[in-house]
Amino acid sequence: MSLQIDVEARRGDFSVTAAFEAASSETVALLGPNGAGKSTLIATLAGIDPPASGRIELDGQILDDVPAGRHLPPERRPVGVVFQDRLLFPHLSAIDNVSFPLRARGVGRRRARSSAADLLARLGLAERAQARPAELSGGEAQRVALARALIYEPRLLLLDEPLTSLDVRARTQVRTIVRRELNAFAGVRLLVTHDPMEAMSLADRMVLVEDGRVTQIGTPAEVRAAPRTPYVAELVGVNLFTGRLEPLEAGAGRIVTPEGDVVVAWPAEMEGAFDPVMGLLRPADVSLHLRPPEGASARNVLEGIVSSISMEGERARVRLDTSPPLVAEVTLGSVERLGIREGTRLWASFKAVEVRVQVI
Amino acid sequence: MGAQKRMTPGVFVVLAILGIAFVALPLAGLIQRTPWSRAADVLTSESSLTALRLSIVVATSAAVLSLVLGFPLAWGLSRSSFPGRTVVRGLVILPLVMPPVVGGVALLSVFGRRGFLGAALYDAFGVQLTFTTPAAVLAAAFVSLPLAVLALEAGLRSLDPRLEDAAATLGGSRWYVLRRVTLPLLTPQIAAGLVLCWARALGEFGATITFAGNLQGRTQTLPLAVFERLQTDPDGAIALSLLLVAVSLAVIVGLRGRFLAAR
Repeated sequence: MSLQIDVEARRGDFSVTAAFEAASSETVALLGPNGAGKSTLIATLAGIDPPASGRIELDGQILDDVPAGRHLPPERRPVGVVFQDRLLFPHLSAIDNVSFPLRARGVGRRRARSSAADLLARLGLAERAQARPAELSGGEAQRVALARALIYEPRLLLLDEPLTSLDVRARTQVRTIVRRELNAFAGVRLLVTHDPMEAMSLADRMVLVEDGRVTQIGTPAEVRAAPRTPYVAELVGVNLFTGRLEPLEAGAGRIVTPEGDVVVAWPAEMEGAFDPVMGLLRPADVSLHLRPPEGASARNVLEGIVSSISMEGERARVRLDTSPPLVAEVTLGSVERLGIREGTRLWASFKAVEVRVQVI
Repeated sequence: MGAQKRMTPGVFVVLAILGIAFVALPLAGLIQRTPWSRAADVLTSESSLTALRLSIVVATSAAVLSLVLGFPLAWGLSRSSFPGRTVVRGLVILPLVMPPVVGGVALLSVFGRRGFLGAALYDAFGVQLTFTTPAAVLAAAFVSLPLAVLALEAGLRSLDPRLEDAAATLGGSRWYVLRRVTLPLLTPQIAAGLVLCWARALGEFGATITFAGNLQGRTQTLPLAVFERLQTDPDGAIALSLLLVAVSLAVIVGLRGRFLAAR
C-alpha cells in the first residue's frame, strides 16, 4: 500500500523531475521554495496535467504510465486534493460543496448531504453548513475544502499549502484539525508547503524540491542533521526544541524538553501552559564564546563540547553537545579566530526573542 | 488627494441632453399620435393578438435555438485553439453586421424551394420551410446567434478553469462538471444572452420578410404587422408600435438592476 512516483512533469517551459515513494499512513511533506515545482507535481498527481514521462502507481493501480501510454483522468483517480486557494464552488453552500464528490458518484442527495453534515460537524462547521464560500472565513473555507477532499475516502490525499493563506489565529486552529485528520486518514498523505515549520510539525518524512529537482529525502531529524544543499541548510538546518511551554516572569517562558530547558519570549496570543510546543532557532542566531559570557542580554547560555564541524562555503556549522544540543552557524574566520575544532569546550548563547514558538 | 468630483464639461451636458431628446422625442411623438380611442380596438383585434402571440413564440424559440447552437461555438472559440479560429469567429459575428435582408436572401438561397438544402428536403420529405413559422424562427435565430456567442464567450473566458479542474479531481465527469459547475456559474451570461437574443429576435424584420414571407398567423410577427398596417391604417400601425415599445419596456424593467446597473 503505497505511492510510487517517478515522473517528469512540464508546465510551459518549466519542468520538474521527481522520484520518491510514500507509504500508506505516512505523511510526506513536499518542501521547497515558491516556484520550485511543487504545485506542478500536485497537478500531475491529481491527473490534471499528464506527466511528460515516467509513471505513477498508487496501491498497485497505475495512474500514469507514459511509456505504456496510460493516463487515468482526474475523475477516475482515488485522489483528494485540497488546493492552495481552495477552489470551493462559489455557487454552492458549504454542505453542497462537501456533497459534490458523493453526488458526482451517484449518491442520492439526502444520503450525500447527511454524510457531508456529519463530516462538517467533525470539523467544527455544523453551524456553517448553509453558508456560501464568500461568507466563510479563511479558516472555515479551508476546513470545507478539506472536508470536500476527504468525504469520498480517497487513497491519496494532497494538501497544497493548507495553512499559508490563513492568519495566525486561524492557522493554529486549522493546523490542529489538519493534524488530526491527517493522522486519522488511512491512505497516503502528501503535504505541499514552503514552510519548514509546517513540514516538520506535520510530516513523517520530507521531500525537498528545488528548481524542479528533488534535492533531499529523509525524516525531519535526518534532514536537519545533515542538510545537503545550502537552501536546505538555511531552511531546515535549524535548532528545534519540542516540549512543554511554561510561563516564567511576565513576557517570558520556558520550553522544557527531555534534553534541557530553553528560555523563550512568551508568544503574545497565548495564555497558560502549552504542551507540546515547538521552538525554532536559526543556527546563525547562536553566538559562540571561549569563556562564559558576562553581562550579556542573552537569556540562554549553554556549555558544551564541539561534536562536529562542517563547512559550507565561507560558513561553518558547529554542532555542540549542550543540553539541549545546538547547531551554530559562524564564519570560517570565527572558527579560526576562536580555534574551534572537534572537542573544543565552548559556551553558546542566544536571546529568548530569537526562538520562534509555535503550538503544535 | 481629495475625492473631489470633476466638473462635467458644458459641451457634454448639451450633447447629452440632445442624446436624450433624440431617443425621447420619437417616443413622445408615438404617444402623442396614438389614437387612444381606437387603440384598444386595434390592440385586441384578432390580427394584432395573433401577431403578438406569434412574435413571442418566434422570439423565444429563436433565443433558445441561438443559445443551444451558440454555447458549443462559444466553448470552442474560448477554450480551444484550432486553425482558422479567427475566420470562424468572424463568420459567426457576420450576421450582426450584415443587412438582415441580405441574410434573408442568403437563407432563401439555401433553404428555399430551389436552394440546395431546401430542394433536398422537399424531394425527400415533401417539407417546405419557406412561408412557415419555423422559417421565421430560423430567420430570427440567424440574426441573434452572434449575440449569444458573444455573451457566452465572454462568460466562459471570465470563468476560472481551475474550478472545473477541481470538480474533475472530485470525481465529476465532463457532463457532470458542465451541469453542476460550468453552467450554473454562467447563469448571468446565459440570462444576458437569452434576453439580448430575444430582444433582437423580437424586432427582426428584414430577414423574416425576405425568407419567411408575411403570412398572417404563420410568419407575420409584430414588426411585419406594423409595416403592413402603415400602408393602409397609419393610426393602427402607431398603436401596434406602442405595443412593441411596451413589450421592450417590460423587458428593461424586468432586468432592472441585473444587467443594466453599472458594473
